[in-house]
Formats: sequence, C-alpha cells, structure tokens
Amino acid sequence: MPEHTAEETHGSPTHEVRDFLRRRREQIAQRWADEPLFRSVFTVSRDEAVEAGKAVVDALAEVADAGRVDDPDAAGFSGVREQLARMGVARGRAGLTAAQVSSELATLRQPVENLLLSDIGEAPAEHVRACATTLTVLMGTLRVVVMQTALSEGEALIDRQRLQLLEVATPVIKLWDGIVAVPLIGTLDSARSQVVMETLLQSIVEQQARFAILDITGVPTVDTLVAQHLMKTVAAARLMGAECIVSGIRPAIAQTIVHLGLDLGTVITRAGLADALKYALHQLGADIVGPTANGTGHR
Amino acid sequence: MSEAFSGPVAGHVPVLRLGDVLMVTLQGDLHDSTAQQLQQDLAETITHSGATGVIIDISGVEIVDSFLGRVLAEIAAQASLLAARTVVVGMRPAVAITLVELGLTLPGLRTALSTEVAMDLLTQGAPRVGVRRESP
Repeated sequence: MPEHTAEETHGSPTHEVRDFLRRRREQIAQRWADEPLFRSVFTVSRDEAVEAGKAVVDALAEVADAGRVDDPDAAGFSGVREQLARMGVARGRAGLTAAQVSSELATLRQPVENLLLSDIGEAPAEHVRACATTLTVLMGTLRVVVMQTALSEGEALIDRQRLQLLEVATPVIKLWDGIVAVPLIGTLDSARSQVVMETLLQSIVEQQARFAILDITGVPTVDTLVAQHLMKTVAAARLMGAECIVSGIRPAIAQTIVHLGLDLGTVITRAGLADALKYALHQLGADIVGPTANGTGHR
Repeated sequence: MSEAFSGPVAGHVPVLRLGDVLMVTLQGDLHDSTAQQLQQDLAETITHSGATGVIIDISGVEIVDSFLGRVLAEIAAQASLLAARTVVVGMRPAVAITLVELGLTLPGLRTALSTEVAMDLLTQGAPRVGVRRESP
C-alpha cells in the first residue's frame, strides 16, 4: 500500500499547494518583488512590493483552500482585486499591451514553481506533477483575474468619460428673462438628444422660460434622425408651455433638409442665434432699439 | 381598478370659477373614471356659466398615460365647440418626454408654464404676454 501512504502524508495536491503557499509566503513575496512587474508598479519601496506580494499569496492560498483553483470569480480574489487592477492599469499606462502584461504575469509562476519543487522534491513523481499542475492552473487563474480587472477598469473609465462628455456637451444658457438657449455641438445621437431634452425641459421649469432656442450651428450634418430628435424636443417643450426656436441652420443644412423632404413646418426656425433671440424678445414684448441722441436708449 | 376603489373620493375633481375662466387642478394619480367625469362636468359647467376659458393645472400629476392624454385633447376639443379655450398648465418635463415618446404631441392643445401665464393668455386673447410690461 505505498501509494496509499503517500496520499496520507501529502494530502490532495490542492491542499499541498495551499500549505506550501502559506509556509513559503515570505520567500515567494521576496522573489516576486524582484520581478519586473512588481518592481515597475511599486517604485516607492521594495517593502511595499513585498507586502503586495504577500497579499496576493494569501489570496492564492485562500482560493486553493476553497478548492476553486480554476475559478477567476473565487471569493479569495476579492480582497486583492483592487491591487491587481492597479498593477494591470499601471503597466497598461506604461505603454504595455495586454499581451505583454500577460506574459509579465506568466513570469511570476517560475520562482514559485522552483520553490515548490525544492520543497516537495522527495515526494512521489506523480504527486509532484499533480502539485505542479495545480500551481500552474492557480497562476493561470491569477492571470485571468488581473486581465479581467484591468479590462473592467478600462471600461469603467470609458463609461465615466462618456457621461462627462454628455454633461459637458449640453449647457443650457439663460439669454434673457424667460429665454434659454442650448448650443448643440457635435453629432446628435439618441443618448445625447435625450440628455439635451431632459436638461432643456428642466431649465424651462427652473427659469420659467417661455422661449427655448436650440442652436444647431455646431451640428455638422442633419439627417432624418437628428431632425426627428429636434422635433421631439420641440414637441415636448411645447407641451410644457414653452416655444422652441431652432436656429443656426446653415445654407447647406437648409438644402439637405429640403432634399430629404423633412417637414419642419411646425417648428419656428431662424438663421442665426441673434435672429432667434430677436424673435423671442419681440414675442415677449421687448424690442432692441439703438441708443437715442441723448443717450437714454430703450435697451 | 375594481369597483371597490371607486368610492366616494374618486368622484369629482372640483371646478373653480374665476370670472370668465374655469380652473381645474389635478393631483396625484387620476382614476380613469374620474377623468371622464371631469370631462362631463367641464362641458356642463362651461354651458351653464358661459366661461370663455379653461385652465387645467397638471403640475401635481406625475403620470400621464395615453388615456389621460386623450381625455385632455377631448376636453380641449369640446371646450372649443362651446367657444372656450383650454390651456394645460405646468406639465412636468418627464411627463412631456413620455407623451412625446408615445407620439401624443397634442397639437390642438394650448400650453403654459404657469397658471399666471395661462390666465394672461386667456384674458388678453393675444398670445403675446407682457412679461416685460414694467419696462417703459
């Protein structure tokens, strides 16, 4: 029964690896701290790198303890996820491609494996191989976790920037008592026109604005979709009791609108923002007149 | 909604009379039957009082569905048959967006931001309102 005894003394490969990781925590962390990945991320001090390495080793041991060496979603990783993401992002910022970061992570495996082999070298060959395989799988899972977190960090960044872009791109300006204007800049898609509509309607309520001017000078092209968005905004503003004026229609865009056969008949349009403002002021009963000779102009 | 809910409360929305203008303030969720009752009440009140304008304040209404949208349009249509103009006041932005997305732009309906503006609209006749009347 030699095989059986071997099982008895060494336990399952997963547990063997777990015990090894806990036993050699310090040494592994020390060796990792010399690897380019840790060296380049934790530039301040080597101790910091060692601490980070220890945390990762602890996480790996915990995952092995749970017996989920091939599961990137294992609970053990949650503690170090942020740190791993930081490493991935830092390397990405340094100009490395995802593949390069991945191969840097791969180099972390070798020192650990050497330690493992020297630790359990006297055990039966089959057991050693099983442990080495388990360790390899575990390190592979670690790579997946790092790449995953780095990618999701990137996605979160893109999402944040998209939101910021929406906010930045749609200011509502009060031109006069009861007159607000939105200068639209860039291409209008559904998401943006939705934001424009919401902010415009909100400011109509806040400013008690009877006129809202949509200036499309900065919109490069007007197609049926953009026209539809404009009509919707105009209709919604009208429902709330405000009149909408579309201004800044350049000659080329006027031609396009006619060519497309779009009916903007229900919308008040003006060539420029100034014309729209003039119209709105006139409707409000205020007119712009030049200064009189004695300097007491109306406005 | 079951009959149990249409108790005494769900009956009438009060119609106030301010000179030649009738004023209705809608609050909260409006029962379908209440909306229809209001439609009838308004028609009768306009006939009796000879009012020339109707103001419907919906600033307290958070949800306007297609039914209520239609009822509003019908109220406006029947009021104009009785020679009265209807102004819907204080629609919330979210409600306006929803109605437009539903395709209910209510073209025959007059709208105003506040009851004050609506009152001016109805009593002066012309849509031009002297917001800056104080200026010389």
